[in-house]
Amino acid sequence: MTETTGSAIALRGIEKSFGPVLANRGADLDVAAGEIHALVGENGAGKSTLMRILSGMYGADAGTMMVNGRDVTGWTTSDAIAAGVGMVHQHFMLVPTLTVAENVVLGSEITRGPVLDRAAAEEAVRALSARTGLAVPPDRLVADLSVGEAQRVEILKTLYRGATILILDEPTAVLSPPEVRELWQVLRSLRDAGGTVVLITHKLDEVIDVSDAITVMRQGRTVARMPTRGATPQAIARAMVGRDVALALDADLAGPVSSGGAVSPGAAGTLLEVRTLCVAGTRRAALVDEVSFGIEPGEILGIAGVEGNGQTELVEAIAGLRHATGAILLGGRDLVGASVRERGDAGLSHIPEDRHERGLVLDYSVAENLILGQQHRFTRGPTLDMDRVLAHARTLIGAYDIRPTDPALPARALSGGNQQKIVVAREMARDFKVLLAAQPTRGVDVGAIEFIHARLREARDQGKAVLLVSADLSEVLALADRVAVMYGGRIVAVLPRGEATPDTVGPLMTGAERAA
Amino acid sequence: MILLAFLAQTLRIAIPYLFAAAGGTLSERAGLIALTLEGYMLGGAFCAAVASYQAGSPWIGMLAALAGGGALALLYAVCTIRFRADQVVVGIAINLLAIGLTRFFLRLLFDSSSNSPRVPGFQVEGSGTGFGALLQNPLVWIGLVTVALVTWVLYRTPFGLRVRAVGEHPAAAASVGVPVARVRYLAVAASGMLAGLGGAYLSLDQHQFTDQMTAGRGFIALAAIIFGRWDPRRGALACLLFAAAETLQIRLQGSEALPSQFVEMIPYVLTIVALAGVVGRAVPPAALGKTTTE
Repeated sequence: MTETTGSAIALRGIEKSFGPVLANRGADLDVAAGEIHALVGENGAGKSTLMRILSGMYGADAGTMMVNGRDVTGWTTSDAIAAGVGMVHQHFMLVPTLTVAENVVLGSEITRGPVLDRAAAEEAVRALSARTGLAVPPDRLVADLSVGEAQRVEILKTLYRGATILILDEPTAVLSPPEVRELWQVLRSLRDAGGTVVLITHKLDEVIDVSDAITVMRQGRTVARMPTRGATPQAIARAMVGRDVALALDADLAGPVSSGGAVSPGAAGTLLEVRTLCVAGTRRAALVDEVSFGIEPGEILGIAGVEGNGQTELVEAIAGLRHATGAILLGGRDLVGASVRERGDAGLSHIPEDRHERGLVLDYSVAENLILGQQHRFTRGPTLDMDRVLAHARTLIGAYDIRPTDPALPARALSGGNQQKIVVAREMARDFKVLLAAQPTRGVDVGAIEFIHARLREARDQGKAVLLVSADLSEVLALADRVAVMYGGRIVAVLPRGEATPDTVGPLMTGAERAA
Repeated sequence: MILLAFLAQTLRIAIPYLFAAAGGTLSERAGLIALTLEGYMLGGAFCAAVASYQAGSPWIGMLAALAGGGALALLYAVCTIRFRADQVVVGIAINLLAIGLTRFFLRLLFDSSSNSPRVPGFQVEGSGTGFGALLQNPLVWIGLVTVALVTWVLYRTPFGLRVRAVGEHPAAAASVGVPVARVRYLAVAASGMLAGLGGAYLSLDQHQFTDQMTAGRGFIALAAIIFGRWDPRRGALACLLFAAAETLQIRLQGSEALPSQFVEMIPYVLTIVALAGVVGRAVPPAALGKTTTE
């Protein structure tokens, strides 16, 4: 470990463009040795790009980089690794078909003669695990690990290469609250051993929790740097967005339940009822295992859980994208076996979790994307009625504040937040009774989150039934009237809003506790 | 005696498949579709015949086959890795190119549109079952060793680990400093050289090169790779199985019991069965055939 007090990282005037998109336009970063430094900013602010440049994955177009006092501008991944800079990517850089030990040593293999020394590799992993507390069985296939374990492997990988500067890109997105606490412990002990940590995140509570100093980025530039001591979430959020934001999560948790809609919960029985729904898995046990619940008009049922516990499959089964058995009753009609269009006509609307995969056709125009799935309602004879399509688009672009406002632009040209608004606008503009909202604010900036949350509450207040699935526990707790926790394909608990807190829900998410 | 003869004939037919499938497995595990095995084999067969004829030594023919198959493979690699062309399109082009080039040089060198003159091979005259002659052919031994060698390289060496990583998740490999393109070039070049040897076996065994003499063997080898679920050992067993089916078809010729066309179909039917997931799930390397890797 290099025991230099002073600057570990100094980036100056970094610029980087991808085609016409400017990801970094004069970004600076100063990180002192031996600190946990939070790099925050909205999606698309250029945080990940800046850190990929620092780790040698991308070359910068302009600017200088100093690491431990040495000019390293324009280095490669191997240079960065050799100098002790390691990055844990948001999307894991692990080969699922290799074992833990093989992934850890890949690129820096231990050999005995011409042969891989597997025993030595596994021993190295065990030794690192013992030192850091990051326990993973070294001979297991990465494909068989949980996300939390996979992340441990990522950190072990960088430490195996002697990283003293560790960069983590949104590491908590896939972790349950206890796993997050464990990660903080590991990061603190690395810092106490002289290491430096850069943490990319947009969760303000995490920033306050674990960091020593904060750098805020906006639109590719560095806009603020402050010590964490004395910083408030409001101040950070203002720097991130460039204006005051109502921190929906805080405001709502503090305030009373705002259910006063047209229909009060329970008035008209359940609108959506799911009974013993099962989705079979290809290899292992059922992905969704006898899940039953009901949602009343004017109610948001939130599903909390660590990703990969059946939430995706549950939503896809209800939406008609995945084969399932059991019953899905909407207004008394069983939709199991119905086509997606029949479900839509019955009053089901669906904001899919992956807007690129399911929500949008990126090369279609905004106007075309806004009628996807309802194109049969916008026809004149055998052709599309483009006048009506455009009029429809203009209305929604205005109502949902989609920018830029040109309906002819391909969806690809819009930012993530605006793309998501297209999906939300389309699904909420149709005549629906039940809304499935899967990760509705994933990868969306703070301003758009605020807007989408308001739309979901509006739907609830109009007497619709909303099923909200989110990997972000604070989002579920902020919006849901009841919180169901999924673990291993089952609903392990349903808590009324008053009882659902991070402390009660967190342990349930890990399967550590099973409520009745 | 009949059984021994059957086995000898099976092995004799299997050797070119073993070479091509072992090489193709390396290429596919690195993420490049081995649709080009047919072309490599044809190129190897031709180069072996020409060099053996000119030098009077089948050993020189073997070296030329390594060079010929390797050169076609490098062309494939440059197009698909350096210029990111579609692997299927380039693959088909390489196969057609191999047919055209061998035909062109056949005419130029030997003034024939169908076959080369007799060229020296390894074969020593044998008797009885044919096993004796077979075992005197060094290419038979090299073919068997190749299967073991490719298995060893793939699972026991750092290079093999990198090949498996690169074919599965190239971005992850790149992020830890593995030179993805270089690993792929090496894997593809090796596949071309090995398939070229498979071709050399054909022309040296028959003591001549004939136009399009590989006759789809490269595709049967590719089928064996898939049937073997991208494992060189299982792939080799698939080669033997397909060769046994072919032997059976030859032996059944003239018999009224079963139309030989049905027996000829066996490799293809088995491959479809394998792909349909009957023999366990056939999961190809995740990055196989992907043009853009990052």
